Amino acid sequence: MKYALLIYSKPGSHEALPEDEYKEVFGEYAALVDDSRCIASGQLQPVETATTVRVQDGRTLTTDGPFADTKEVFGGYYVFEADNLDEAIELAGRIPAARLGGAVEVRPVVEH
Amino acid sequence: MASLVGFLGDFDLAEEAAQEAFAIAAERWPERGVPDNPAGWLIATARNRAIDRIRRQRTLEAKTRLLDVPEVTVDEIDDAVIGDERLELIFTCCHPALAMEAQVALTLRALGGLTTEEIARAFILSEETMKRRLSRAKAKIKATGIPFAVPADHLLPDRVDAVLAVIYLIYNEGYSGRIDLAAEAIRLGQLLAELMPDEPEVHGLLALMLIHHARHRARFARSELVLLEEQDRSLWDMKALAKGREALDRAIALYGGGPYVLQAAIASLQAEDEIDWDEVAQLYCRLEALTGSPVVELNRAVAIAQAGELAAALDIVERLDLDDYQYLHSTRAGLLQRLGRGEEARASYERALKLATSEPERRFLQRRIAEL
Repeated sequence: MKYALLIYSKPGSHEALPEDEYKEVFGEYAALVDDSRCIASGQLQPVETATTVRVQDGRTLTTDGPFADTKEVFGGYYVFEADNLDEAIELAGRIPAARLGGAVEVRPVVEH
Repeated sequence: MASLVGFLGDFDLAEEAAQEAFAIAAERWPERGVPDNPAGWLIATARNRAIDRIRRQRTLEAKTRLLDVPEVTVDEIDDAVIGDERLELIFTCCHPALAMEAQVALTLRALGGLTTEEIARAFILSEETMKRRLSRAKAKIKATGIPFAVPADHLLPDRVDAVLAVIYLIYNEGYSGRIDLAAEAIRLGQLLAELMPDEPEVHGLLALMLIHHARHRARFARSELVLLEEQDRSLWDMKALAKGREALDRAIALYGGGPYVLQAAIASLQAEDEIDWDEVAQLYCRLEALTGSPVVELNRAVAIAQAGELAAALDIVERLDLDDYQYLHSTRAGLLQRLGRGEEARASYERALKLATSEPERRFLQRRIAEL
């Protein structure tokens, strides 16, 4: 089954890390990309670069900022091929954001 | 049910197949007599009906492996299969990805053998609501790929805790309406103890539930709340108490020292003729170290007070941050009363009264206030 792992980070949590820890954490993200089960991944640029688009009555409405004005910010994602939810949860637990005050949402991807 | 769910990987299909098998049995057995291995017959029949149904539906997913399976005969199913898969079923029902209320409902449905209607009644909800809750939970299990498996060793401690939490929650619902959930919880606890005999906390929870249950008939006298020291011990269920203590012994033999084992040990001490309050206080101290719970600290204060140290107990109580907890105020009031500080005791009792949630408790507090 394919699982999307949506990463929500506590703002500033990664930047606050000392240099060597930051490098280690960066390595952990990279290791997950290199995992044979990883199908896709993406790191988003900071929330300040976000733009939200809606279309109402045929008109495109554009606003500055992310969709959800929450404390935690959606910052990136992985898509993994895993046998079951427990395997996906284990992978999600390895994502540094989860232990640095953020959270990872795990949802199966619709397969056609 | 357990072995069907495992075989079919689908709750709903397993349920439907089981129902069909029961219906056939209900028709045939009165005429033809009950087969030698009724459980085996039911499972074989259910599996065959399910295989028929799947073939008819021509589903393409992972279930295609079943189409290659020959029709199952009764001889191939033995009790070991039925027993083994109940543990997988427990862990599936109590998966942390499911909402707590869903875990409780599923566990009662799949393992407790309660009907949807009975579960609804026990939680004072409509049958429709409970049906929906169960469907949504089963849908999530299927959609998200929650595995039908006992978790890997490194995950087991947390997952066992999750199962114990569900069983304990069911126990604490107690006696709701005409459904005795406390008895259901104890049954589930016994099942878990059979299936996981080497887990001390499993025996600890069973012990805790049995020992508490042994005293439950003495807790109310003509619907008035009765405190431990005033309880009529002839109303205690001594068999349950003995079984509880056996379970506690098993837990301790396994070097258990977790929260359920400690609570069971405390409950066991409190069921003695002469209560060793010092030892009870020490156990509460260990429990507080494990859980960091202020409620446990409160109970420790009560134990210290019972051992004679009223001032020290009051000290502990004053430092606790439990302002919305009625038992903090009732405990504080009791201590102040025993220290001869009547006016302050009254104020605390009245605070407790405002927070009280049941009639027997309210009447108890009102009596205390009147006695001042």
